[in-house]
Amino acid sequence: MDARGASLTAIVDGVRAGTFGAREVAEQFLDRIARLDAPLGCYLKVDAEGARRRADAIDAARKAGRDPGPLAGAPLGIKDIFCTRGIETTCASKILRGFVPPYESTVTARLAAAGAISLGKLNMDEFAMGSSTENSAFKPTRNPWSTAHVPGGSSGGSAAAVAASLCAGATGTDTGGSIRQPASLCGVVGMKPTYGRVSRYGVIAFASSLDHPGPFGRTVEDSAALLEVMAGADPLDATSIPAPVGAYRQAARAGREGLKGVRLGVPAEYLQPGMDAEVEAAVRAALDELARAGATVVPVSLPHTKYAIATYYLICTAEASSNLARYDGVKYGQRAADAKSLEDMYTRTRGEGFGAEPKRRIMLGAYVLRAGYYEAYYGKALRARRKIADDFSAAFTKCDAIVTPTSPVPAFKFGERVSDPLQMYLADILTVAPNLAGIPAISQPCGFTKAGLPIGLQTIGPALGEEICFRVAGAYESRTEWHQRLPPEVV
Amino acid sequence: MATDWEVVIGLEVHVQLATKSKIFSWSSAAFGAEPNASTDPICLGLPGALPVLNRAAVESAVRLGLAAGCNIRTRCRFARKHYFYPDLPKGFQISQFDEPICEGGAIKFRLKGEARSIRLTRIHMEEDAGKNVHAAAGVSFVDLNRAGVPLCEIVSEPDVRSAEEAAEYVRAVRTLVRYLGIGDGNMEEGSLRCDANVSLRPRGSEKFGTKTEIKNMNSFKNVRDAIEHEVKRQATLLDRGERVVQETRLWDAARGVTQAMRSKEQAHDYRYFPEPDLPPLVVTELEMKALRGSLPELPEDRFARYTGEGLSTQDAGVLVADRETADYYDATVAAGAPPKRAANWVINEVLAVVGDARRLSGDNVPVPAGELATLVKSIEDGAISGKQGKEIFARVWGEWGKDKTAPLTGVTATGQIGQLIAEAGQSQVSDAGALEEACRKVVAAHPAEAARFKESPKLMGFFVGAVMKETGGKGNPKAINEILRKLLG
Repeated sequence: MDARGASLTAIVDGVRAGTFGAREVAEQFLDRIARLDAPLGCYLKVDAEGARRRADAIDAARKAGRDPGPLAGAPLGIKDIFCTRGIETTCASKILRGFVPPYESTVTARLAAAGAISLGKLNMDEFAMGSSTENSAFKPTRNPWSTAHVPGGSSGGSAAAVAASLCAGATGTDTGGSIRQPASLCGVVGMKPTYGRVSRYGVIAFASSLDHPGPFGRTVEDSAALLEVMAGADPLDATSIPAPVGAYRQAARAGREGLKGVRLGVPAEYLQPGMDAEVEAAVRAALDELARAGATVVPVSLPHTKYAIATYYLICTAEASSNLARYDGVKYGQRAADAKSLEDMYTRTRGEGFGAEPKRRIMLGAYVLRAGYYEAYYGKALRARRKIADDFSAAFTKCDAIVTPTSPVPAFKFGERVSDPLQMYLADILTVAPNLAGIPAISQPCGFTKAGLPIGLQTIGPALGEEICFRVAGAYESRTEWHQRLPPEVV
Repeated sequence: MATDWEVVIGLEVHVQLATKSKIFSWSSAAFGAEPNASTDPICLGLPGALPVLNRAAVESAVRLGLAAGCNIRTRCRFARKHYFYPDLPKGFQISQFDEPICEGGAIKFRLKGEARSIRLTRIHMEEDAGKNVHAAAGVSFVDLNRAGVPLCEIVSEPDVRSAEEAAEYVRAVRTLVRYLGIGDGNMEEGSLRCDANVSLRPRGSEKFGTKTEIKNMNSFKNVRDAIEHEVKRQATLLDRGERVVQETRLWDAARGVTQAMRSKEQAHDYRYFPEPDLPPLVVTELEMKALRGSLPELPEDRFARYTGEGLSTQDAGVLVADRETADYYDATVAAGAPPKRAANWVINEVLAVVGDARRLSGDNVPVPAGELATLVKSIEDGAISGKQGKEIFARVWGEWGKDKTAPLTGVTATGQIGQLIAEAGQSQVSDAGALEEACRKVVAAHPAEAARFKESPKLMGFFVGAVMKETGGKGNPKAINEILRKLLG
């Protein structure tokens, strides 16, 4: 078995069949991390010992004739926003340095119960706020296709690690595009399911009503296999949906049989001036390919798209200012030393502990929620959110899925946008609307720029319509070879 | 001439709900565990932890609302209320803001025999905060056992007109909470807490004066004393032509004064917004119907029933003030004791033995109602005298009165009472000759009264009393009556 480029489903099949052991798989990936991660900076923490222990347990279970689980031996990276019992979880923030959760997130617990093996915790933008992973308080993560470029964010560590085969799959969270945009920039598959489809219990909150945990995979089927395990109602998350989990792998495979009868909507609002010409060309070519697969391409309209970014930033900053109030130095994480008073302890702990972006969003959010202005900002944003969701509902009466680019531009260079937050926020323009509507969307590679940077294709489905996303993405993948390209090995 | 000031008071009462687990998590909500032992990731506010609403807390709140005649929202929301304090682990309290579960309604009680009805603005649900424990030399600890204990906040309209009425209102809230069995309403332990908004206006004026909010009143006496003090303070200011400053003031019970909190501590913008981690709370008509059916007979209804049965308003008031006492009284009557005599015995004998520090409760009643009824009936029938009854009571249950802080556990002397009554009755019967002897002696000693008996039959009471005294209280009043009637006839 060669870890480089290996798909998660192929690894699981091999482990389950006994072709190779989970321990052997884990060792190969741990070896790759040891050799290759330093220049990329994907991992914040590698749990080699824990990975070996879990791998041995999988092998022992199989040898004893027990079912080692549907994800037996799958080597995963975990975004450092998921609480992992006994393993430091920082959300890439100094304020959580030293925080070792006494409990496990539902997602990581389910993955472990299915036989997956966590290799360690992945880098991200601090508190998932950012689109480049430059906002990590600890280190940047580099794009494996070009280390001068960002991997996207906030789940940049997850996308880069999957692209560089430093894990076969990963978890991420997507609040405004934080799974799909880095997946697009790193040339891998990232899926944001329906809101409530995957439990948020144990996922450190950025913006509660917008946070969607989801999987990263090298292939559409890999992502589907992960989501099948991650998804499902959770009594510990009151916003989780009690709907039965779909057969996502089967849907991904069904795509190989073509898309006859499937109507794909293309919103005029999403192919606007300002879009990178190479991205636009790649997406138009992808639409042609999907049409050849049997789909009908129909124009649709999402007229409130122009309000999406403003709406998103009003809601996400308001919720973030609230969710980040608990980091006060009293209970866990980092506390400022030698405070003169309680208030001094609060201001210094938070002043020293938070990076520039969380501070910016806390201030914006506190402003949005201040007494007397709730209606003008938050109330209005909620109404706009409703309109945006209604746009999608109307569009889905005319089509089964909507296809767009994931990001208007390929990966940008370090520092290019970090000094201009507004420009950085605009990177989310094509991804935020599905978060506001709570509907599923997947990103997959659909080409490369001349400079060799990946381009991503986004397929958006209706609420609880993960299957159609997987089917369309599976169809496209089966007819193209972009997903088989591997980034150069940087040693 | 000094202005005649009218006192205007609105009250905010926080009631802890006695659910098994906390409002949004699984830890025990019980009082008294080791510091931070009753905690979990949710009530500790750990990153990533999410609240899940405890339905039992909702049921308690709805029952409270129904009992107070509130409108219950079939769909309501929780909201986050933000402020920083070490005992508030998330930096916000999950409360309700624009959509409380109950609106309207009233708390009814009597003040000096007069019926009062204080309208409610709302009742909303929220989570309690933890407790800061200030140790010596600038060291503080935080105990989060209380964090997440369910609370109902009952907000009244500014209908209360005196400090005394405020205290009675709070007492009535406690009575209601205990009737419903949704909390213990213990002010000293903090399971019932009260803040008061106090202002004055010239009598006859429609416009409200500037109010102050009084906090830190942890007993009924504190409520009355603090508000009384604050009313005097405001009246003095206004009489001098000065202004009342709108502020929060803390009651210092030791010094008997209210003092303003630092203005910095008051400058809160709570930044309320709907709690995104909890879907809207829906209470169906079916649930509401079941909860309405689960309500016990409420204090006011019971009061009406008792006065209808012939009890004085005062006795009825004492009995209904505590559900267990009223239940006990009802059981005594149900076992055959006549209502008025039963009320006297419960109030004057049983409650005297129980004392103020203890409460009768369903499981721990030292004097079984059936036994008390047997005793009361025997007196009513004349089988024994009242004095003998009291002696038997003291002999059997007097122990409970010796240490009025000892728990009222265990039930003693079931069945013993019948034996004692029989013995006392026998001692009366066997002394029948002696009884006649005593009667003759008394009549002989009071010739003037004996002569007047025919015009004043009321004198029978005097003679019976005298004979009882003569016999050391052992005489059977019925027999004495007959003998005296024969002698005086």
